[in-house]
Amino acid sequence: MKGHEVALIAGMAAMTFLVRYGFFALGERITFPPLVHRALGYVPVAVLTAIVVPMVLLPDGAHWQISLRNPWLLGALVTAGIAWKWRHLLGSIAGGMAVFFLYRWLAG
Amino acid sequence: MAQEPSIPSPGAELWTGARDSLPMLVGAAPFGLIFGTLAAPSGLSAAGALAMSLFVFAGSSQFIALTLVASGSGLAVILLTTLVVNLRHALYGATLLPHVASLRQLWRVPLAFWLTDETFAVVQLRYAAPDPSPHKHWYYLGSCLAMYGNWFAWSLAGVLLGRSLPHVEKLGLEFAMAATFTGIVVPMLRTRPMLGAALAAAVVALAGRGLPYKSGLLLAAAAGVTAGVLLEPRKVGP
Repeated sequence: MKGHEVALIAGMAAMTFLVRYGFFALGERITFPPLVHRALGYVPVAVLTAIVVPMVLLPDGAHWQISLRNPWLLGALVTAGIAWKWRHLLGSIAGGMAVFFLYRWLAG
Repeated sequence: MAQEPSIPSPGAELWTGARDSLPMLVGAAPFGLIFGTLAAPSGLSAAGALAMSLFVFAGSSQFIALTLVASGSGLAVILLTTLVVNLRHALYGATLLPHVASLRQLWRVPLAFWLTDETFAVVQLRYAAPDPSPHKHWYYLGSCLAMYGNWFAWSLAGVLLGRSLPHVEKLGLEFAMAATFTGIVVPMLRTRPMLGAALAAAVVALAGRGLPYKSGLLLAAAAGVTAGVLLEPRKVGP
């Protein structure tokens, strides 16, 4: 590994770690005000939705595919349906993946 | 002294955390492989690629770094980009902080180092569960170790096999990650503020998907959180 690669990787590692560790480092020395605390409660839903929706509606990253012929959308809808009705995470993932791969296999 | 049967042991939590991450191990596999495969053509040595997966451990910034290395960008640009791309992890850190604040640094340092989108997704769900297990950080650790080992193994496979690989990227394994995130989010959408947060985040993520360095994702998170707070029922005044 060359010198500039060491600098690159060490720098990236430091940046990434600082961002991830920043709040953890504070430990019990910080408590969030109630508004911030409430706001953070929406982070999981907001971020995970923001990651998933573009993946599913534009699987190639460029073209809208709002149709049940889009296996990503079909699979995600099946997962969503199972998750909503039965609240079973692994079951909902397995169901969505089964439909996704079955559809792709059938559609060749 | 026998433990309450309802409280899982640290080992059981560790195992469950790894097991619950299984679909995302599958989902991350093609990314690890492709990263390893693309390293050499981008001008990163095999050792450099593996060191990046070991010490940086952040999929999206590793990919962006490859692009920047290939285009001959300077170190400062790459580091600044890494910072921006990873900013959402600070949000995860803030969200999980109340649950890890009382742990020793010996725990907090590695748990922070291993904090990814995937681990955050399952771990926040574990912490939200109503059971009072004092060992939930072992679940967190289990998810981390599984994701870390998996990422390194697939990066290594990509570096070793390179272009001779069959077209793993065309199998659609990434769908496993989309399915996991969907399965986690949907049951949470039972209140108006949560639903509003998801809708706002989705609209902004779609509108901002072309923005560089995942900044659309950050804006979407901000929009979702704001919508959620605004939609909360107002307390009746005194």
